[in-house]
Amino acid sequence: MNDLVEVRPGVYRDSVTLMRVSRALTEHPGVTVAVVAMATELNLDLARDLGFAVPPATPGDLLVAVRAGSPAELEDAAAELERQLAARAPASGTRGEAPPRTTRSAARAFEASLALVSVPGEHAFAEALDAVEAGLSVMIFSDNMPVEQEIFLKDRARARGVLVMGPDCGTAVVGGAGLGFANVLRPGPVGVVAASGTGAQQVTSLLDLAGVGVSHVLGVGGRDLSAQVGGRSAVQALRALDEDPATELIVLVSKPPAPEVARAVRDLDLATPVVAALLGPGQDDLTTAAEKALRALGRDVPAWPSWPAPARRPDTTGTLRGLYAGGTLCAEAAFVAGTGEFTDFGDDAYTRGRAHPMIDPTLRLEALRGVASGVALMDVVLGHGADPDPSSWLAPAIREAVAGDVDVVVAVVGTDGDPQRLRAQAARLNEAGAAVFTSNAAAARHARLLAGG
Amino acid sequence: MTLSMLYGEPRVITVGAQVLGEALDRQAVPRREVDWRPPLPGASAALARVLADPRRESANATAVGRILSARPMLTGVRPAREALGLGAGEFFHAGPPITWERASGPMRGALVGAMLFEGLAAAPEEAEDLLASGAGITLDSCHHHRTVGPMAGVVSPSMWMLEVSDAEHGGTAYCSLNEGLGKVLRYGAYGPEVIGRLRWMGEVLGPALAAALERCGPLDLRTLIAQALQMGDELHNRNRAATSLMVREIAPAVVEAAPDHAAEVLRFINGNDHFFLNAGMAAAKVSADAARGVPGSSLVVAMARNGTDFGIQVSGLGDRWFTGPAGVPDGLYLGGYGPHDANPDIGDSTITETVGLGGFAMAAAPAIVRFVGGEVADAVTATTSMYEITMAEHPAYQIPGLGFRGTPAGIDVALVARTGLLPVVNTGIAGRIAGTGQVGAGLVSPPAEAFTAALDALGDP
Repeated sequence: MNDLVEVRPGVYRDSVTLMRVSRALTEHPGVTVAVVAMATELNLDLARDLGFAVPPATPGDLLVAVRAGSPAELEDAAAELERQLAARAPASGTRGEAPPRTTRSAARAFEASLALVSVPGEHAFAEALDAVEAGLSVMIFSDNMPVEQEIFLKDRARARGVLVMGPDCGTAVVGGAGLGFANVLRPGPVGVVAASGTGAQQVTSLLDLAGVGVSHVLGVGGRDLSAQVGGRSAVQALRALDEDPATELIVLVSKPPAPEVARAVRDLDLATPVVAALLGPGQDDLTTAAEKALRALGRDVPAWPSWPAPARRPDTTGTLRGLYAGGTLCAEAAFVAGTGEFTDFGDDAYTRGRAHPMIDPTLRLEALRGVASGVALMDVVLGHGADPDPSSWLAPAIREAVAGDVDVVVAVVGTDGDPQRLRAQAARLNEAGAAVFTSNAAAARHARLLAGG
Repeated sequence: MTLSMLYGEPRVITVGAQVLGEALDRQAVPRREVDWRPPLPGASAALARVLADPRRESANATAVGRILSARPMLTGVRPAREALGLGAGEFFHAGPPITWERASGPMRGALVGAMLFEGLAAAPEEAEDLLASGAGITLDSCHHHRTVGPMAGVVSPSMWMLEVSDAEHGGTAYCSLNEGLGKVLRYGAYGPEVIGRLRWMGEVLGPALAAALERCGPLDLRTLIAQALQMGDELHNRNRAATSLMVREIAPAVVEAAPDHAAEVLRFINGNDHFFLNAGMAAAKVSADAARGVPGSSLVVAMARNGTDFGIQVSGLGDRWFTGPAGVPDGLYLGGYGPHDANPDIGDSTITETVGLGGFAMAAAPAIVRFVGGEVADAVTATTSMYEITMAEHPAYQIPGLGFRGTPAGIDVALVARTGLLPVVNTGIAGRIAGTGQVGAGLVSPPAEAFTAALDALGDP
């Protein structure tokens, strides 16, 4: 076999970057398989399972394992690997100085307004604490952070007058800058406090489609309104938006909070009106919450754009299969549909050792291929940080599924300003045979109908 | 509450996935990317515990603040017997505590020389036998007695010591007098010329300096070090400017206080570019000692080597040593010597790096970059990388070439573990065989396990 197996001590790239390198290499002519990853136990096992002779390594080392059809092709692949790694080398600082190695050091040299932390969860605490101690608010995109660390950070942040957004905070918009997975939203009067990333994206995208923009979107992390964390960041964020003259209305997006936390939030006595979108039994869905917000602002509620499937087969009924990338969107769809089997591919169980499904579609595509009949309901989330062209891989898979007697319904969460272009993506998915909605709740209702529910 | 990030232009520090940073670039949001790497292997759990210690932030501010505010003054020169209460057969040595059995060649050589100098043995073989038997001999670490010694760092009762007091915090520290280069006791040489020189230092040099200091009053070492940094010294491998400044300060007093010996004393000091090193080490020691004993602080207050082990001590961990094997320096060799002649790293002179001088101040000393085997840019890189593992920048010790930025001062065990960056240490290289002396000079890296062991201890509830 023409194998290249190498361990490069002390060479670090983040997992998303390495996934892109691996993908580029796998697509290179003559390459049969390529693993370029940090040498964690998981990745070492993966390489061993592929039949590579893997030398001893530590998680701080870079593992390279490439197999090609011929020695010449392997040599060519090796050159491509170097090109890929060089193109993704860490940025160097100014004047030939070494770039900062910690958030603490970066904060000393660069006058920042906030920090965005997305290192692996077990290491996120140190970077986030650096930011807070430097007097910076911090968004923690990383997940898998122990709850004690979250509470410690949030208490420390409150004492410093800064905000901890996260952990597991997928989206935020601060002063017009979209952080993490962020839609391109017009500026406007609505401030959002969100314990749910994709929930906030749905609400703000619909508002944007209705011509209403946001002042800020402040994520607080999915656990913030739990009894344990006690809404530490949500309370701070609500108070901050209440003080912000640009914010005329606040939308709070969360799973149902713990009762005592709900009480604390209610007792805040804010001057700014608050519309709550708290997913759960007896609560509004996200679309209804967006509509309430529009009415509170005295704006009209438009018909949410949708693109019905070109060839519907009215007689088919069958099971409903929900294949989601967004956790809140998944929960909302399951609740609205009231039937079917739903999988959240953004859940920790699916993201350990690989990128989020909004970046890496592999698992969801496999699952879609596995749907033999009935209805498949999916979400596609657009915006910065997300896949630059999701329809490029999803449209062919939809075509295959529709040809194989499966109805496909897609909720596209995005705006006209998003780099992927909402209407172009929707049109391509629709042409492939999917019914496409901009409201996830509407998509779920439609899917239930198709499934005969 | 008013949240400042909601007002004004967003400026973001990104650490982690490049794709999220690139998304900000596409929005033209100004940002600084952190070149993040995983921490030292096995350090994650202890790091989380240490960083969550509620005492840490203020403890470190207190501890490093003491290093920065220390005002070391050279106040006297006295025999060790008198200053440190050393009795016959008692010796201090560099680095963490060590036994004769585990001592390396130069350490053994220096102990032999000290035995001969004190008249406890008539010949080297006899000295070795006595030291090996341990009868009537006590060895202890200099650091346990407010003292530091370069290379083998052996201190015996009859040696004269520089006494440095901290005018800010009131501490006192000691270091022996520098013997010069070549065949000298601190490099493990013990020939007749070595012993003869020690005698002269005890009979002439020490008393002359003591009398001179009494005349001219204490010498402000903080000011002197600050000036020397601006004149191209880093105060460990280059002390030429500091030595010259010191001579300028004390020469008239030497002439007045010891007219009969003034010429030979001044000639001796002038002939040794490293004469100031020992005064600088005592200044560093008294500054670092001021930072000891702050509960919860992860500040390194001593780095020292005995030729076998490299050890560190940490402010929040009392007098415990955390050690790993001493490495062999990488550097330039004198004459026909080469790496195979080199002893593992030895000496307390790393106290200079501990307070942000030496390797940490390399950018101030472009003249010695050849020890790094490189360019002036390498010296700048060495210094700038040390800002990543230190808590502060020294307000008085500044580097002209870096826009008068303060030297990186106060090593944080947690930052070493997070970045994997180990302190840059400039050092002399001793010959492996007892009696050889100096064979070269260069750079050395401390063992990472000393830092991870200290981190574990800090995180231990």
